[in-house]
Amino acid sequence: MGGVMFQNINKMLLMVIGAVVLYVLLKIMITTGVINPYWQRVLFYSLIVTIGALGLGVIYGFTGQFSLGHAAFVGLGAYSAGYFSKTFGQYGGLSFIGALLVGMVFAGLMGFLIGVPVLRLKSDYLGIATLGFGFIVKVALDNADKIIPELGGARGMVGTPQVANLEWLFFTALIVIVLTRNFIFSTYGRACTSIREDETAADMIGVNTFKTKLMAFTFGCALAGLGGGLYAHTYPFICPGDFYFLQSFDYLIVVVLGGLGSMTGTVVTAIGWAFLLEGLRFVLGPQFVDFRGVIYALILIITILVRRQGIFGGKEFGFLVPQVRREKPDAALRG
Amino acid sequence: MPLLEVKGLGINFGGLRAVNRFDLTIEPGEVVGLIGPNGAGKTTVFNMISGYFPPTDGTIVFKGRSIVGLKPYQIARLGIARTFQNIRLFRDNSVLDNVRVAFHPRAGYGLIDAFLRTPRFRAKEAEINERAFELLETLNIADKANTAVKNLPYGDQRRVEIARALAVGPELLLLDEPAAGMNPAEVQQLVELIRFIKQKFNLTVLLIEHQMGLVMNLCERLVVMDFGEIIARGLPHEVRQNPKVLEAYLGKGAVA
Repeated sequence: MGGVMFQNINKMLLMVIGAVVLYVLLKIMITTGVINPYWQRVLFYSLIVTIGALGLGVIYGFTGQFSLGHAAFVGLGAYSAGYFSKTFGQYGGLSFIGALLVGMVFAGLMGFLIGVPVLRLKSDYLGIATLGFGFIVKVALDNADKIIPELGGARGMVGTPQVANLEWLFFTALIVIVLTRNFIFSTYGRACTSIREDETAADMIGVNTFKTKLMAFTFGCALAGLGGGLYAHTYPFICPGDFYFLQSFDYLIVVVLGGLGSMTGTVVTAIGWAFLLEGLRFVLGPQFVDFRGVIYALILIITILVRRQGIFGGKEFGFLVPQVRREKPDAALRG
Repeated sequence: MPLLEVKGLGINFGGLRAVNRFDLTIEPGEVVGLIGPNGAGKTTVFNMISGYFPPTDGTIVFKGRSIVGLKPYQIARLGIARTFQNIRLFRDNSVLDNVRVAFHPRAGYGLIDAFLRTPRFRAKEAEINERAFELLETLNIADKANTAVKNLPYGDQRRVEIARALAVGPELLLLDEPAAGMNPAEVQQLVELIRFIKQKFNLTVLLIEHQMGLVMNLCERLVVMDFGEIIARGLPHEVRQNPKVLEAYLGKGAVA
């Protein structure tokens, strides 16, 4: 018992130190101008994508529920959080936290409500249903100004306080990684992966599969909403087109490329992918910038052909995985 | 009171009557064999008992309570666990996780405990690990706890499936062709294993099997099905000499 406990504490300490060091490094690079404001934006975007992609990772990678509407939940989070901030923004950090919670809860609630009917569907059908939901959200947001003028409709929404900075984004992403890890490595996470592997068998060993799928979907959508809330406070202008089905595919690509059922893969790929997209902008030059779509589609095709399990293929960095070992003294007692 | 009481069970698949007027009563502690040629409807009976197919007619009473209409997970939680003819494990997951997930309904902690890793979470998880390892030791696969199930040889996968079924905490265990694909030595081991776990976990067992060695050795009572109906029942040696059974297995004329 003592040994394992000590090891876990050691590991946690290592994780905290690693995170702080990484943060300080990034902070120094930003203040000294090594990371210029442009790449800083990219960094921020990569962290937002990480949060949203972890949500889809829970839904698709761990629970096996194919969703093609993830960006819609990011959008719902962005708009609800942005609207909250525009209304109550005068309270600074407190109202920002409030806005993030609103974005998260609203997207999670919508995920729950839409999940009740659609999670009865399997694989492809579920994909089509969630794709349909994405279209509904896009059209609704396009016309939202007719109900709430501040949302701006198709013209987009401006005027959200731009309060997100490195600290907010970095530490929110960190908290999300830890919470997701805690969920995955619990009985709930095990119930999720059992559904991904064989839903019928899961049902027959006592897992309430519908409830578990709904829980995973709601959690994943709430993370999308949180990412959306941060997005709305990082970019002064948001429009319904930012959360359309092409963006849903972006999240899907990140999760699949990273490897289904790997948080490490999702995080690394989300960050790498955001930087790749911007990096290609420079490599290709202004004339060929639209070829980025071709290149990352090619990367996806090649990955599926050569390494179907994704870059990390279900593996995790060791520090993310709580170890389970049979404690020796105990076993000796039994023998 | 019988543990399981099935009366007049029947199911239609479209125009096909797959099972008809199936009656079976099992007392606590019995080991009953369900045999019959391929396509007789044995697995369909299992699927109805475990809630996968809702029967068209008939009643299933478990521990004095009707379980017709309940969902499979509810029936599992009442104390009926099963294995599958063609192994259905969570292939990408580790052996340990395959077993631990069966403790899910009795995990004893909530979502908040999981998210925040509360002391309650740690205590309950330790308990689950302990019990899962105990089962793995019972089935002699503890050394493979962290291996992905898909990388295990067939015989070990069968063991994992039994361990997972035991983790459900059943009173009634349904085994669907547990000896499929095993050689005679392995079958003998399996017979001993089933006897052992039956004793240790105080189980009642209903099993489907084609390996007559196992059936004759293990079962106290047999029920024989053919074309969806029960054609014979009784003690193993009685059933073996029943002309109807011989006919079902060997064909008409073979008996003479």
